[in-house]
Amino acid sequence: MSASTVTFSSIDALHKRAAKVKAEQEKHSMEVLVCAGPGCIAQGAKEIYQVITDKLDEHKTALKKKKLEVGVQLVSKCTGCHGMCEAGPVVTLEPSHHFYTHVTAKNAGDIVEKAILEGEIIEKLLYHQEARKGGNTVKRYTDIPFYALQNRIALRNVGVVDPLDLDDYLAHDGFKAIAKALTSMTPEEVADEVEKSGLRGRGGAGFPTGRKWKSALRVKKDRVWVICNGDEGDPGAFMDRAIMEGDPYSVIEGMLLGAYALGATEGYIYVRHEYPLAVKHLQLAIEKMTAAGLLGDKILGTDFSFHLKLTRGGGAFVCGESSALMRSIEGKVGEPRAKYVRSVEKGLHDEPTVLNNVETWTCIPAIIHKGASWFSSLGSKTSKGTKAFSLVGKVKHTGLVEVPMGRTLREIIFDIGGGIIDDRPFKAVQTGGPSGGCLPIDKLDLPVDFDTLAKAGAMMGSGGMIVMDDRTCMVDVAKYFINFLIGESCGKCVPCREGLRQVYDLLDKITRGDGEMDDIDKIEALCHTMEVASLCALGKSAPYPVTSTIQYFREEYEEHIRDHKCRAGVCKPLIKYHINKDCTGCLVCKRQCPVEAISGEKKKLHIIDQDICTTCGICMEVCNFDAVDIISGGVTVTQQLEKAAK
Amino acid sequence: MSEQVAEKTCTCAEKFNGTLQAIFDRYPREESSLIMVLQDVQEELNWLPPEAINCVAENLNVPKAKVQGVATFYRAFSLEPRGKKLVKVCMGTACHVRGAGMLVDELERRLEVNAGKGMSPDGEFSLETVNCVGACAMAPAIVVGENYYANMGPDKLKRLLNKERES
Repeated sequence: MSASTVTFSSIDALHKRAAKVKAEQEKHSMEVLVCAGPGCIAQGAKEIYQVITDKLDEHKTALKKKKLEVGVQLVSKCTGCHGMCEAGPVVTLEPSHHFYTHVTAKNAGDIVEKAILEGEIIEKLLYHQEARKGGNTVKRYTDIPFYALQNRIALRNVGVVDPLDLDDYLAHDGFKAIAKALTSMTPEEVADEVEKSGLRGRGGAGFPTGRKWKSALRVKKDRVWVICNGDEGDPGAFMDRAIMEGDPYSVIEGMLLGAYALGATEGYIYVRHEYPLAVKHLQLAIEKMTAAGLLGDKILGTDFSFHLKLTRGGGAFVCGESSALMRSIEGKVGEPRAKYVRSVEKGLHDEPTVLNNVETWTCIPAIIHKGASWFSSLGSKTSKGTKAFSLVGKVKHTGLVEVPMGRTLREIIFDIGGGIIDDRPFKAVQTGGPSGGCLPIDKLDLPVDFDTLAKAGAMMGSGGMIVMDDRTCMVDVAKYFINFLIGESCGKCVPCREGLRQVYDLLDKITRGDGEMDDIDKIEALCHTMEVASLCALGKSAPYPVTSTIQYFREEYEEHIRDHKCRAGVCKPLIKYHINKDCTGCLVCKRQCPVEAISGEKKKLHIIDQDICTTCGICMEVCNFDAVDIISGGVTVTQQLEKAAK
Repeated sequence: MSEQVAEKTCTCAEKFNGTLQAIFDRYPREESSLIMVLQDVQEELNWLPPEAINCVAENLNVPKAKVQGVATFYRAFSLEPRGKKLVKVCMGTACHVRGAGMLVDELERRLEVNAGKGMSPDGEFSLETVNCVGACAMAPAIVVGENYYANMGPDKLKRLLNKERES
């Protein structure tokens, strides 16, 4: 029976249904979870799901004989959760936690016939500790350090529940918090509890959520709006995407609690258009909850009413800024406004508005359900609870990591993330997206919380954590972020609009090898102006990627200017590709070169014609003998890098 | 807003065979529906031709200049025709440090098109860079329609394009 056919007329009815669903699930002696993230879907997860369901059907009698009742679910799990999209499609067996990777439609049947019926372990589908390199295999995902060291609150249901099934959410303590609030708490008590928990906004600024709610409660008003900011714009961050796709009901339950506490009857979820699956899942969740009497008028038979609408963004980074987001919901151009107008007083349609980020909303049900003191017992002194990070870039285990605040960068990158790909040297970690900064190796032992990172010149931001190795050019990274922001600046205020362009031109000059030493001072001066004079946080924080790289990697800037050398071999105008004596004359690069710049015969050394070469790098990519070098500033940087790496 | 000089008849409705009408019926006819309506119109027509902008302005009772303003502000909208398939190269930070820039250069060369501008001479493809599709674990990633391509490199693009041409 699907949940959409059940309408809960009272809180009791909800509890009853939850108990029933739970009992039914407990009857299952085994659950098969098939990952349905885009990565796994692309590699045939739906087909695998079909094969497994068919096989279970085929072996019905045998399963019955063994008293096995098996439930199968498609769960949105892969999206970076373990960063095993490359090892996908992934199938998990519960409660044994057995974890199978690289499953195909061909061997999916084995999971039913061998693993489930015979209780065997399918060795060849197990996860390898050193991805793809052989090494030890791990049977249970709970034994993989990547999981074992995490503490998941915001991501509690991601990869665990079926995001489209309201019953499954119920079976995992879903809607317990809203039921508790509606039966035994006043709206003020809900706001108090959130304040006591010490929860700070997960969107970036880290403003205490409870305090925001309390100040909204003090404003005289006829109507108040609640908004969920799902415009996760920071490049390299996808926590919110995973939550919206994998656990939409938790987000909405959080909003219900917020609406109850604030006396709101209407709200919006604003989702980036780049996340079509998140839009779909949230839309379905809204429909199902409305049908079930969990949204709309007189929720669960009480006097509490709340209407929720979903809005898709138009692809503008600045709309992640709260006032710009509200303009965008109104159908206008998303331009931020000055900060002295507070949105808790004048927000959407100039009415009081409380806006929180997806991850913040998702934490609320857990706080109300388990209590503020439980939440505040986790984390550091000024930053309570846990935080989800998207650990990406040149790290072995890319994915979403949720840990209590106060863990060090080293623990996150090396213990959980497994260190750098190919064990290359660590160079920097970039946190906080385009508003954050790059931290070098000697900052690795900093505890990660809102205040410590800000002090070090970076910021926590929404939780993107991009790891860089020695093949990343820091000037190029700074240029990348400034270029990103040029495209995203709304253009309303001069310091941001013009400042970014000037900084970009100077950085570009440096990466072309035309820079002068005093360009660095000019960049710093421009950055200072932008920081103090820009209108909104986008412009004010825009300089951080630049200033932090100048602060920690000044010598790289100077090398570009003085020696025309890019030590990472990234900046195209400063590099040349060169074929060294290791060339076996295999003709592969010659065939692959798109501009026919390579000449040479079989078994003879090949040569690149520098006049034709576009430095696309394909030859290096395809060479099996490491015979292609990058030369920059008269030095073979690839050799230097290899030496340093050893 | 009511002083807006509206054209006497909505000629555009005929031109688009009433497909836009269905979109307008989905939303309240007010300014706050503007972005959603434009998104749906673009999905229908693949881009936003000037006539469609006029049509939206008239039907939502919003000045044309405002519609044009919104359509140019948001990245999601294209004011020029696009190829049958849209190749999106993710330019998120994770993809950038893993070499997404090289993919754009190579695709521009192969498709004879500039990112974010026009379409390939055969009309098959348009090329666009996007700010993070949230598939960082698959970096560098390329999205064509609903297909996600993981761990791309310049040497893998020929196959990708051939595959997309055939399907």
